[in-house]
Amino acid sequence: MDWQPKIIAFFCNWCTYGAADLAGVSRLQYPPNIRVIRVPCSGRISPKFILNALRNGADGIWVSGCHPGDCHYIEGNFYARRKFALLKNLLEYMGLEPGRIQFSWISSAESTKFAATAQQVTEAITALGPAANFVKSFSGLLVEA
Amino acid sequence: MKTQPTGAVLVAGGGIAGIQAALDLANSGYKVFMVEQKAAIGGVMAMLDKTFPTNDCAMCIMSPKLVEVGRHPNIDILTMTDIEAIEGVQGDFKVSVRRRPRYVDLGKCIACGLCAEKCPKKVTDTYNQGLIKRKAAYVLYPQAVPLKYVIDEEACIYLQKGKCGACAKVCPAGAIRLDEKETRQTLQVGAVILAPGYKAFDPTGLNHLAYGLHPDVMTSLEFERVLSASGPYGGHLMRPSDRREPHRIAWLQCVGSRDQNRCANFYCSAVCCMYAIKQAIIAKEHSEHPLECTIFYMDMRTHGKGFEDCYNEARHKHGVRFLRTRVHTVVPDQESGLLSLRYLSEQGHVQVEDFDMVILSVGLETPPDLRGWAANLGVELSPGGFARIDDFKPTATSREGIYVCGAFAGPKDIPQSVIEAGSAALCAGADLSAGRHTLTVRAEVPPERDVRGEPPRVGVFVCHCGINIGGVVDVPAVRDFARSLPNVAYVADNMYSCSQDTQNIISSKIREENLNRIVVAACSPKTHEPLFQETLAVAGINKYLLEFVNIRNQDSWVHMNQPELATAKAKDLVRMAVAKVLRLSPLREELLNISQAAMVVGGGVSGMAAALALARQGYPAVIVEREGTLGGQARHLFKTAKGDPIAARLAGLIAEVEADARIRVYLNAKLTKVEGFVGNFKSTVAANGVETVIEHGVAVIASGGQEAQPTEYLFGRDERVITGLELDRRLKAGDPGLAKTRTAVFIQCVGSREPERPYCSRICCTHSVLAALHLKELNPEMEVFVLYRDIRTYGEREGLYRRAREKGVVFIRYDCEQKPQVKATSEALEITIMDHVLRRPLLIPADLLTLASAIVPHRDEQLAQFFKVPMNADGFFVEAHVKLNPCAFATDGVFLCGLAHYPKPIDESIAQAQAAASAATVLLSQQTIRTSGTTAQADVRMCSGCGVCVSLCPYNAPSLKTDGPQAGKAEINPALCKGCGLCVASCRSGALQLQGFNDAQIMAMIEAA
Repeated sequence: MDWQPKIIAFFCNWCTYGAADLAGVSRLQYPPNIRVIRVPCSGRISPKFILNALRNGADGIWVSGCHPGDCHYIEGNFYARRKFALLKNLLEYMGLEPGRIQFSWISSAESTKFAATAQQVTEAITALGPAANFVKSFSGLLVEA
Repeated sequence: MKTQPTGAVLVAGGGIAGIQAALDLANSGYKVFMVEQKAAIGGVMAMLDKTFPTNDCAMCIMSPKLVEVGRHPNIDILTMTDIEAIEGVQGDFKVSVRRRPRYVDLGKCIACGLCAEKCPKKVTDTYNQGLIKRKAAYVLYPQAVPLKYVIDEEACIYLQKGKCGACAKVCPAGAIRLDEKETRQTLQVGAVILAPGYKAFDPTGLNHLAYGLHPDVMTSLEFERVLSASGPYGGHLMRPSDRREPHRIAWLQCVGSRDQNRCANFYCSAVCCMYAIKQAIIAKEHSEHPLECTIFYMDMRTHGKGFEDCYNEARHKHGVRFLRTRVHTVVPDQESGLLSLRYLSEQGHVQVEDFDMVILSVGLETPPDLRGWAANLGVELSPGGFARIDDFKPTATSREGIYVCGAFAGPKDIPQSVIEAGSAALCAGADLSAGRHTLTVRAEVPPERDVRGEPPRVGVFVCHCGINIGGVVDVPAVRDFARSLPNVAYVADNMYSCSQDTQNIISSKIREENLNRIVVAACSPKTHEPLFQETLAVAGINKYLLEFVNIRNQDSWVHMNQPELATAKAKDLVRMAVAKVLRLSPLREELLNISQAAMVVGGGVSGMAAALALARQGYPAVIVEREGTLGGQARHLFKTAKGDPIAARLAGLIAEVEADARIRVYLNAKLTKVEGFVGNFKSTVAANGVETVIEHGVAVIASGGQEAQPTEYLFGRDERVITGLELDRRLKAGDPGLAKTRTAVFIQCVGSREPERPYCSRICCTHSVLAALHLKELNPEMEVFVLYRDIRTYGEREGLYRRAREKGVVFIRYDCEQKPQVKATSEALEITIMDHVLRRPLLIPADLLTLASAIVPHRDEQLAQFFKVPMNADGFFVEAHVKLNPCAFATDGVFLCGLAHYPKPIDESIAQAQAAASAATVLLSQQTIRTSGTTAQADVRMCSGCGVCVSLCPYNAPSLKTDGPQAGKAEINPALCKGCGLCVASCRSGALQLQGFNDAQIMAMIEAA
């Protein structure tokens, strides 16, 4: 089989995770490369998670939350957006290929948008090939909190 | 009546309405007997594939409720039981019931299915609408509650011929009782709720539609089973005749509804238009090749919340074809096997078109035996054969103490049934409030085992979900893989993990195997996590020691053609979950007292009904009304659809509110501040220059709506053009000018179903038809025209439409593209419209034009912010769940009713107000509430006191301690914390952690991915 990228996705519980559920209910088909980590809100996602995912060999990261203005927790996604815009710039400055980290805003009703984005994210990361830049050859450096 | 009423209620019928009523009552302190004629509860909803307009899976949203009923300590389910008589009076009824033999011991059956496997007799499966066979020993459906087998008396060889008994020989539990006899029993209850549901119209004998003559002509309920993944074809779209995929499907609307020639059902069944649209969309989604779907209809009735959007999407996005015509005949072609449909096009030409399948959108009706039964119980019926109700007491039957909900009170959809269930539960409960908590037992939650310090012992349960997961993912392989993971002590796979029986198995395994961390790989945590958490609690371990893996919605369903990769994904997800669950620790929920008082925002009919409902049960309520009088929009209305004069009834309602010492009314009032959370709100009301602070445990939003002011059709520029509400005012005032009108015209959908306001305002069709009848009564010579797009007189309101036509009211249809033109001359308003029958322009000189203007909500953004509740694009508030939770918000302790939710008539507003009050009562009667354990926590040792958390949190949960040795350090108020984790991700010192989603747990998942 061809090389398949491993993509770690962080979805907020209320919007994008719901959209992913609805995509299932509607039987929309998309590539099976995504490993979802459910968090309450995109505001919960720490830049450390993304760094750790890259360090542990993820070929791509997908972060998705509610549309700006629609956050279940009122404004968590605004903070997330600000944080990740900065992080993305920083990582790209450090040499990470643009496109390794993908962001989207998908409401719980947008199942077709979800499936289309999953397809597009997978294709973009597949085109980049395996990630090598930030991968540690050993793991376990991070002490558990 | 006895001094104290019996604190128990009998609910007749275990469909979704009965289930909701039973849960509301049992959760607010009453004993419930649920009497069901079938072998299991669930009703029609359990047979449905999806539910409109959101296309949620019906069983997935229903099964948590089924299990809740099944395991509720205060609900006794009596299956295969008929009610024979109800004696006594309100507060003290004696109900005689007859239990038919099941031939299986409920206490012993372990639902292993051996009896069905060995049973030699095959019979038609009625649950699957006769599309396949089942055995004479069977279980109604896989998630049935109670999940116990039953032996079909009519089919069983032993019971019919005295020979066989194979089931008894193989049953490992010794549960078969072939000698069981029917028994009789008398139940003592204080109130009765009738929710026996409906029967789908049987089109057998309608030969012109070829039903029964050709297998590919089927009813909508049969087609529902075809679409269902648990149905006879496993959800693959096939036509029964040759099991080939259809290319063209036709739906024929109004079969058994709005028809007095072929049947006696004059009424509209209210749900068929929406379910046909839903089925067309789903069939298209299921089909591997482009599928043509055509719906043949008379009027498209998409009058509910979100329905018109769904209709528009079906037309424009999914390409469903809608043809306004009634099909004359369906002729099966012997050679091609196709079904030939003959109909008249809108242009008046005879058309013949071939289809692969024809679905008859059958109506809802009360079968004759149910009518007779109701009569025996002393419950009067309406002309359509439904329980007769009063617009101001929408769930009370003609016999005191007996209430009704669901389709037996008129054809209706699920949300409306759930609303009525709440209303009926509230009314029954209010009658018996002196007997609350007298017959109930407290749910026995075993003491929690302290698992801290124990080495982790993980139990992994992998679900097949029938073939939903198991048909794609190699479930046994995932189970075996889980066994190889560190600290996993027990693994199992289950057919349907959500069934009550599997839940019991899981909780007993947790005990037997001494498990202290649980991973469930099944459907979505969004629907099923609470159910499994409860199972953990029952097993005596903290409910937060659970991690849910979504291998259905996000795996098997979306990678159906890649089973190997789907299995690999499932394994990865299970490994990630095990990594996380090892790091979970028990979480504590805070116990908060609930302030035993309510606030109702809005003093219209809904608000007053909610306040009265709460006050009747002893809970003080405050009404905050923005205007100077109570009554809201009802003050302007003339009569209800049933002909009740509204002014008199409204005056009675206002007098009741004013006389009730437990209700305080603030007029000309406005909320200026709302603090707190469920159980402990503190709101400031400003009225007449005085501010009052009110403490309340719950809030009901009934902020209402109003008639939109039209800008079209010369409104405001010619005084002969008025709105529907203005016409009501004139009718009410007895305006002598009205009778002198020679020609009156109504234009429908003014400001509704337009691009800028896409929803249907639901009540305007009924209102205009009713007003047209009133005008005809004033002056039978008056010429009355109603210009409409679709007439939406749903349910028995259809009778008004029929009467209006009989009285000579002329109905002319127009298209959105070709609207009527209005020109004013000194003599008359000249209204030009393209007549849809004559296909020629028609000029109507009118002296009164009434515009059926849209209903718009009071778009109160501040109110939404105060209670942190969402609003949709149209400005209506968004309920927690469109189907099963239509009168509560996702925000705990805040409820919703009336026009603020969606346009609706008075009877539905009152029902929703009472349902909102019922949901509020469930909460208030608990007296205490537990907060979520998923909250942020601060570690003072690491906190630098920077205050970022304090400035970020929209809920004011973090604060810096002001005194003590740790002054200046952050602390989190768990009652205010919503658990979003924003502060945690933003803390610079790593002093904050979100319990249940802490860094170590998420990092472990990332590393295991």
